[in-house]
Parts: sequence; C-alpha cells; structure tokens
Amino acid sequence: MQQETVLHPASIIAELKKNKVTHVVWLPDSETNFMYQQLTEDPEVDLVPVCREGETMAIAAGLWVGGKRPVCLIQNTGIFESGDSIRGLGLDVNNPLVMLVGYRGWDRHGVCRDSAARFIEHILHAWGITFYLVETDEDANRISLAMEEADRTSKPVAVLVGTEFGA
Amino acid sequence: MAIENIDAVRLLDEHRHDAIILTTMSANNVHHGLPSVSKNEHLDFPMGGAMGKASSLGLGLALAQPDRKVLVVDGDGSLLMNLGSLVTVGNKAPENLYHFVFENGVYAITGGQPVPGSGDTNFAGMAREAGYASVYEIDNTEDLATSLDGILEQKGPTLVCLKIVPVIENTPVQFRDRPSRTTQIAMKDLQGALAD
Repeated sequence: MQQETVLHPASIIAELKKNKVTHVVWLPDSETNFMYQQLTEDPEVDLVPVCREGETMAIAAGLWVGGKRPVCLIQNTGIFESGDSIRGLGLDVNNPLVMLVGYRGWDRHGVCRDSAARFIEHILHAWGITFYLVETDEDANRISLAMEEADRTSKPVAVLVGTEFGA
Repeated sequence: MAIENIDAVRLLDEHRHDAIILTTMSANNVHHGLPSVSKNEHLDFPMGGAMGKASSLGLGLALAQPDRKVLVVDGDGSLLMNLGSLVTVGNKAPENLYHFVFENGVYAITGGQPVPGSGDTNFAGMAREAGYASVYEIDNTEDLATSLDGILEQKGPTLVCLKIVPVIENTPVQFRDRPSRTTQIAMKDLQGALAD
C-alpha cells in the first residue's frame, strides 16, 4: 500500500520565506530530496551545496556574520559528523542557527532500529540544543518557532524532519 | 626558499585595503600572526574552534558580502581537514574570495609533526581542478610583495599557496599566550563594521 504524502516541500519553503531565510546550506538526504528542485528554481533562496556536512555550519556562520539569514539542511548522520563545527561556530559564538535535520530511521510506531535515529536526540540533549519535530504540513510552522527561539536565545536550534517529503 | 610567517601576514595586511582577513592557526598566532601586525583589527576575523573550517567560513562571508574582498588565510594541515571545501568553493565561485594557504609542511602548534603528504601535495593544482578561477604558488617574500596587488585585482576564487617557514610551538597549551580577542568578540566587531 502506498503511504499518503503528509509533508510537502512547499510547506517548508513557505516557512523559510516567511522567516526571510536567504540561504539554504545543504547536503542532500533521502528525507529532504524532493526540496532540491523547488529550491534550485526559487530565486528568493540561494542554495549552497556542500561536500560534507561539517561545512554547512561554518558557511552559515560566515553568512550570518555577513548579514544574511541562512539555515542548514542535512541528515542526522551529518550532525554526528559536524560536532566540532556545531561547537565552535554555533554554540561557542552564540550563532542563532536553525538546522533542518532529516530524521533518518525515525518511526513513530514500533522500534527505531537505525542507530542514526536512536542517537540523535541524545546528542542534541547533550549539547543543550532544543529541537522540534516536523512530520506533516501542519507541523511546518514549528520552523517559525525554531527561528524565534534561535533569535531569542542566540543559540542553534534543530528541526527534525521525521518523514520523507512528497513530490 | 620560504617566507617568514610574520612577513606574509604583514604583507597581506599592507595590501588588503578594506578586505576582511580571516585567519586560522599560524596566521592567527599572537606573536607572529596577523594579530601581531594588523592595522585593521575591526576587519580581522581570527577563527578559533571548528578546525579546518576557515575556507567554509570564508565562503559564507564572501557570499554574504559580494562587494567586499574576503581573504582567507588557511594552513596546510587545516585545509587537509576540509579538502572538499575546495570543490564547494569552486562550485559557488565567489569572485571576491582569495584563499591563501600557509604551507609550512607541519602541524606547527602541536610540536612540528609533518602533515600527511608534506612537501608532495599540490594544493594549487587541486584548487585549479576544483574550479578556482586562478591559482598561484609563491616561495619568497619579494615575489609575494610584488604580486599581491595584481592577484587581488583579479576575479576569484583564487588560491595562493605560500611556502612558509614553520614556527613550531612546544610550550604546553595552558602556558601559551592567548589572543586578546576571542572569535566571539571578533565576530561581533566585524558584524558591527560591516553594518556601518
């Protein structure tokens, strides 16, 4: 049986635009794959592709210091790779960075068998990084909550994308 | 031949005009790096933390400030930690980004152990194949002094590999002199300078 699509890239992109996001610094993952085409065709948001996830927070920090409003878009596996960047150019410098994170392995029902899913919330808790879960179009406004919290606390905030986008 | 670390940063500061200079590792040393000679501290960005990410940080700055030149002063060991960034930079191709690599062949701040491929790695060649608009290799102070203005007049992204005399530190970390400005303070100063 085909699963009904509950999260569309347009919902996410609308939230990004509402918050005047200028750049999406990203490395593709299966959860956010369907955003790629819409982002590349959108003149209001500049897509910055990277080779490895740890680059994203550093590029975003440079954009922020230069007066822009970036977000990172990577998978939870990339968060594990990016620890020193999150520490050094996020937490230590009070960077109000919102990180959209593909929640690979997440399953609301039953057991999460993928260690990428089992570890990510613990890692974010350890760093003191708040996170919001987005699974459906109705959840998309949590991105605005994350943006507001990042600005208010001058700290990175994560948004875990708990389902694959539909086309 | 090779260039003394302090001579290289002094020349970069003298030829920068209103460019941002982002430094890491030896280029950021309080005794022989940019903080020891800079006359433009408000536009200096001494990076601490996030080892290897100077090129990525500089890319973000260059994209955010397309009308201002951004000079990234990287180390060879640092760039080796983030070689993919050459392709990331080449792909976005910011014309205002100038990426200097201080190639001293060693991890100078950890006692002078050779970096992998020391002396055999061709950073300029890798940058050229990654899509940088132009690349240079310079191994003496006179050539650096006479070529800098011309290099900075060209459109980037540009990589300039400088052969640098290593200044090796063996003092235990807790006894080393610290920069007077933290990365966080420098970021705030720079944000203020760019907003003016």
